[in-house]
Amino acid sequence: MGETTLNGFGAKPARPSGLRGLAADWASDQRAFKSASWGKAMMWIFLLSDTFVFSCFLLAYMTVRMSTTLAWPDPSSVFALHIGGADIPLILIAIMTFVLISSSGTMAIAVNFAYRRSRGLTVLFLLLTAVLGATFVGMQAFEWTKLISEGVRPWGNPWGAPQFGAAFFMITGFHGTHVTFGVIFLLIVAAKVWRGEYDRGTKGFFTSRPGDYEHVEIMGLYWHFVDLVWVFIFAFFYLW
Amino acid sequence: MVDATPRSHRDVPPAEVPEVELYHPRSWWTTYVFSQDAKVIAIQYAGTAIAIGLVALVLSWLMRLQLGFPGTFDFITPEAYYQFITMHGMIMVIYLLTAIFLGGFGNYLIPLMVGARDMVFPYVNMLSYWVYLLAVVVLAASFFAPGGPTGAGWTLYPPQAILSGTPGGNDWGIILMLVSLILFIIGFTMGGLNYVITVIQGRTRGMTLMRMPLTVWGIFTATVMALFAFPALFVACVMMLFDRLLGTSFFMPALVEMGELLRYGGGSPILFQHLFWFFGHPEVYIVALPAFGIVSDLISTHARKNIFGYRMMVWAIVIIGALSFVVWAHHMYVSGMHPWFGFFFATTTLIIAVPTAIKVYNWVLTLWRGDIHLTLPMLFALAFIVTFVNGGLTGLFLGNVVVDVPLSDTMFVVAHFHMVMGVAPILVIFGAIYHWYPKITGRMLDERMGQFHFWVTFIGAYAIFFPMHYVGLVGVPRRYPEIGAEAFMTAPVGGLNAFISVAAFVVGFAQMVFLFNLLWSLRHGREAGSNPWRATTLEWQTPTTPPPHGNWGEERPLVYRWAYDYSVPGAPQDFIAQNDPWPDRPARRP
Repeated sequence: MGETTLNGFGAKPARPSGLRGLAADWASDQRAFKSASWGKAMMWIFLLSDTFVFSCFLLAYMTVRMSTTLAWPDPSSVFALHIGGADIPLILIAIMTFVLISSSGTMAIAVNFAYRRSRGLTVLFLLLTAVLGATFVGMQAFEWTKLISEGVRPWGNPWGAPQFGAAFFMITGFHGTHVTFGVIFLLIVAAKVWRGEYDRGTKGFFTSRPGDYEHVEIMGLYWHFVDLVWVFIFAFFYLW
Repeated sequence: MVDATPRSHRDVPPAEVPEVELYHPRSWWTTYVFSQDAKVIAIQYAGTAIAIGLVALVLSWLMRLQLGFPGTFDFITPEAYYQFITMHGMIMVIYLLTAIFLGGFGNYLIPLMVGARDMVFPYVNMLSYWVYLLAVVVLAASFFAPGGPTGAGWTLYPPQAILSGTPGGNDWGIILMLVSLILFIIGFTMGGLNYVITVIQGRTRGMTLMRMPLTVWGIFTATVMALFAFPALFVACVMMLFDRLLGTSFFMPALVEMGELLRYGGGSPILFQHLFWFFGHPEVYIVALPAFGIVSDLISTHARKNIFGYRMMVWAIVIIGALSFVVWAHHMYVSGMHPWFGFFFATTTLIIAVPTAIKVYNWVLTLWRGDIHLTLPMLFALAFIVTFVNGGLTGLFLGNVVVDVPLSDTMFVVAHFHMVMGVAPILVIFGAIYHWYPKITGRMLDERMGQFHFWVTFIGAYAIFFPMHYVGLVGVPRRYPEIGAEAFMTAPVGGLNAFISVAAFVVGFAQMVFLFNLLWSLRHGREAGSNPWRATTLEWQTPTTPPPHGNWGEERPLVYRWAYDYSVPGAPQDFIAQNDPWPDRPARRP
């Protein structure tokens, strides 16, 4: 991947590779991650912390699923859609998953174009990612509406354990909030790319730090993380 | 000895990262209030933490009034007593200790000690403080809410935390508590990311990880732990908030209250305990590790001797940090866990004593044949070692299942954790304030007031907590506002309780002297100069004292050596600063 501003500075002595390189980096001065800027390193650590949040949510869901005395509703039938005279299990969730995974693809393409400095294509793929993300949130809203109209509430539902609705709304809600914030920031980053702020290094409004195309990649880290989390939610909540 | 051989300044690697332009404040507001300077943020954090800590101190007095002289004070009802213990515990652990160590000392010392100009993202760092302040305001607001603050105990165990029998349980108390904790975690995460990245990526030229002062190692490791431990508390708070507000049943089993079946059912109260203690045990070390780090530097500086076994000290910090994530269920021996779990967690708990003992031995060996100056920071550091050994030994008692089961929920536990994570870290905070106050203000704290403060606090803390172990051993349970008839006990404890209370008032009074000293010395303290303790670490080498915004003037310092070159044979002084290239050229005058 291309050079970032913070890496393009000064002389770069040759570094050993592999485990020796790792040890050399951690034994060196100034930086332990020689190729990561401050922003990128910070996003990685934040995502590690956020991983613990989602892990706790999922473990809590599994625990209440074991502790509850009532039967757990069958996700295949609860999340089935009646299309063309047949109940198709998990069809909406399958489409949602497809949409979100595709958005990771478009995000990766956007990052690539950003490092090639092709503004137009970067904006195009960032917007495409945002549209796919918004579509995902929209389908989630549809799913919530359908379940609520069928009587699913955080404190109960017609089919069994009340923890089903509680865990469902909490986990998908927390993930949906992540996606929504991601879409908002995708739009902000797209606007900045479109206005050429990363070419000129325009200072951020709040942070007064100069803009850089690396921000597209940092945005991408977050977006891929949100995708990855969804895979686990899909596996543990919908398929189990 | 690590890195003791100085290297030529020509060997310092070239800069990898260009200087980043700092935010230039344009007005009084952005200089002193909405400041992005880590040092100002540090003082804001510490000031807020001490202010809310005073509330917790008053609460402890009220508790001691009740315990020492039961039935004398009518306004202390059992409900009020529960509210006092809850708020005292929560404020002390989270809003005072965590905030002052990481937000206060972390912000002040990390950039200075690693030779950075500021935290890597000063704006986010500023937000961190304001969200913390909001959390404190929400917490304080619960004192004025209908029904008062929550009285669920600082552990907030469900189901009682959100039932009507607990003060604040079906009022505002528990809601404000949970919201405040969530805000605290969000605010802390913003600051914590900054501290971690500043240490990993923002060091100056020549500053390798293994040359960092142990203070930075302690705060850094504690911050990493906090970033991984607080998520569990965050999730627990969110779920309990849902249980309370939406009527979900994450933590709530089927319950009958006042003859009425509640709408809850099927939840797991033990789940909360696991989440809480997955946060709660690392939290002990989040508070202890910065104290370990700071005390190492205090001892080395004031004994004029290099720290014994620097590398071991670093690895002990890291190992304690890692191990503390696999011991949490030793808080839950009486919760009805499977005995095999108890076996596992007792084993890991006792293993953690090994790196901790390494640290204690190394502190003592640093003192051995050192040139010990009994300055105020040194006195507090010595008091810490003694107190920590004390609290640590009772920890070995409580870590064993068979010993813990009869002692659980007695005053013995209260005495243990106050010794090990209350008194011990607070002694370090005092020592650290006496040590770094000259750098922060340019003036020394008054010595006589400091001596009074130290001796009263140190002896008083033992007068409070030594008898409390005994009170617990004879069977007085914790969290009881009143124990009533003492016939079932082997010895009367009423007199002891009165003694403890009087000692607590005296120690509390001594803290007022300390606070007065902080304000008085601002104007009347002796001029300190830039390096009054003749210390090696970078914060004492700033061009001006107090350090300006940006810390270093034109050039960031170059680091040639580790932080502990005291009494080096042949050196012109008894310390060599980290940025001193001696013997490459003659050492600078002090």
